[in-house]
Amino acid sequence: MAFITCENVSFSYENTSVIRNLNFSVDKGDYLCIVGENGSGKSTLIKGILGLKSPAHGKITRGDGLKKNETGYLPQQTPAQKDFPASVYEVVLSGRSNSRGWRPFYSRLDKQTAIDNIKRLNIEHLLKRSYRDLSGGQQQRVLLARALCASKKILLLDEPVTGLDPIVTEDMYRLIEELNKKENITIIMVSHDIKSSVRYASHILHLNGDETFFGTTDEYIRSPVGKYFFSEDKKNV
Amino acid sequence: MFESIIKMFSYEFFVRAVIGGSLISLCAALLGVSLVLKRYSMIGDGLSHVGFGALAIAAAVNAAAPLEFAIPIVVIAAFFLLRISENGKIKGDSAIAIISTASLAVGIMVATMTTGLNTDINSYLFGSIIAMSQKDIIICIILSIIVIIMFVFFYNKIFAVTFDESFAKATGTKAGAYNMIIAFLTALTITVGMKMMGSLLISSLIIFPAITSMRICRRFRTVVICSAVIAVLCSISGLIISYQYNTPTGASIVITNVCLLIIFSIIGSVSDRINAKRYSKQ
Repeated sequence: MAFITCENVSFSYENTSVIRNLNFSVDKGDYLCIVGENGSGKSTLIKGILGLKSPAHGKITRGDGLKKNETGYLPQQTPAQKDFPASVYEVVLSGRSNSRGWRPFYSRLDKQTAIDNIKRLNIEHLLKRSYRDLSGGQQQRVLLARALCASKKILLLDEPVTGLDPIVTEDMYRLIEELNKKENITIIMVSHDIKSSVRYASHILHLNGDETFFGTTDEYIRSPVGKYFFSEDKKNV
Repeated sequence: MFESIIKMFSYEFFVRAVIGGSLISLCAALLGVSLVLKRYSMIGDGLSHVGFGALAIAAAVNAAAPLEFAIPIVVIAAFFLLRISENGKIKGDSAIAIISTASLAVGIMVATMTTGLNTDINSYLFGSIIAMSQKDIIICIILSIIVIIMFVFFYNKIFAVTFDESFAKATGTKAGAYNMIIAFLTALTITVGMKMMGSLLISSLIIFPAITSMRICRRFRTVVICSAVIAVLCSISGLIISYQYNTPTGASIVITNVCLLIIFSIIGSVSDRINAKRYSKQ
């Protein structure tokens, strides 16, 4: 059974439906990119997958041993966060708070997990630095480490490269690919960047009103909607 | 100077004011760190005005226990304000302004039509050093014990929810519940502290210590500890000034807070520069 299955899912927002009859599934080890224009319902779908918003119709189910709180999430940064006084360690450790339930303090295992993930993303040298003093790319790495503290199975990334310069963007994509290939972590990424999505993802979900596409990346490139957007994209480069 | 301070502490009302003032400031500062970082600091201001309205009505109907009358009203207002800042049709800041000025107006109308703007009402507005009774002190102590225990117990969750509510929610933390807890404790602190600080100035107890310590501290834990220390120091020195120069308590405490903020800002900008140099060399 797939990790996440969407069956005939529809979402509406203030009485207008943004997503209609959506069907797709994410298996273990997949790298799914969700692309689409602004207002196509990407954020709504993310909320649905996270279980923060229930669909108007249809259902989103989890399977293959994926529990409700086992989704590592990398949200878009808020302006308030960018100058938040917290050390890198404090931020990464907060990724473990979901596993605590009502127990108030972190265990040794929680702290070890945080340190392990900090090492895994090569940000050990930042451990004691303040989050607000870091560059955008470093902040994203810290948030990614926090997401890994919350889940070893699946990561949901909401436009993780927004506002990063090209070199750091490339770095970030490579890091995500590594997590996917080497550690078999399932990736769901919302992206504006169709070109990179096609390059890295195994599956594409293109939200585009009634012409929604879901399939493997190869199928996407050959599909009418993919051809249209991909050639558009090439022209612009 | 030293002698006069010792003399101050020989008065029972002054000792009461110091104990009450420090405890209220401590609670407000702890809650304030989260409220300021979440951009909710105006909720404190709104609640204090609601509290004034409630206390004025309590005085008008001659309620035996005005505080017990006001607390539930302010708590309800806190939940309400939180809801609108999260998902209201009117944007959060204007909604808070509407509610706070409306309750201030209602309070003043009720007060002038019944008891008149007497000393009680005056002290609710501007604060008074002699306002704390024996009973108020006991309420203060109970309240601060509740706030400190809750804060320590939920510290990690409060951090998670303050830093990133959407992440906390996505990973299964009941962010809404923690927001409610913070709003509830804030409502309690404000209502109890209003008598001494005055409703016009009590929100400063929430905002100043957090902002001041953030000038220098770069970790959440140190921000919390530093805010607590600043809050207590400022309220004690403010009370001494208030006694010595016969100035309103609330205003005196705010002034000491302002001075400290200026000092911390200067130190902060200097250390920022040093830091920037150090890391650019790496």
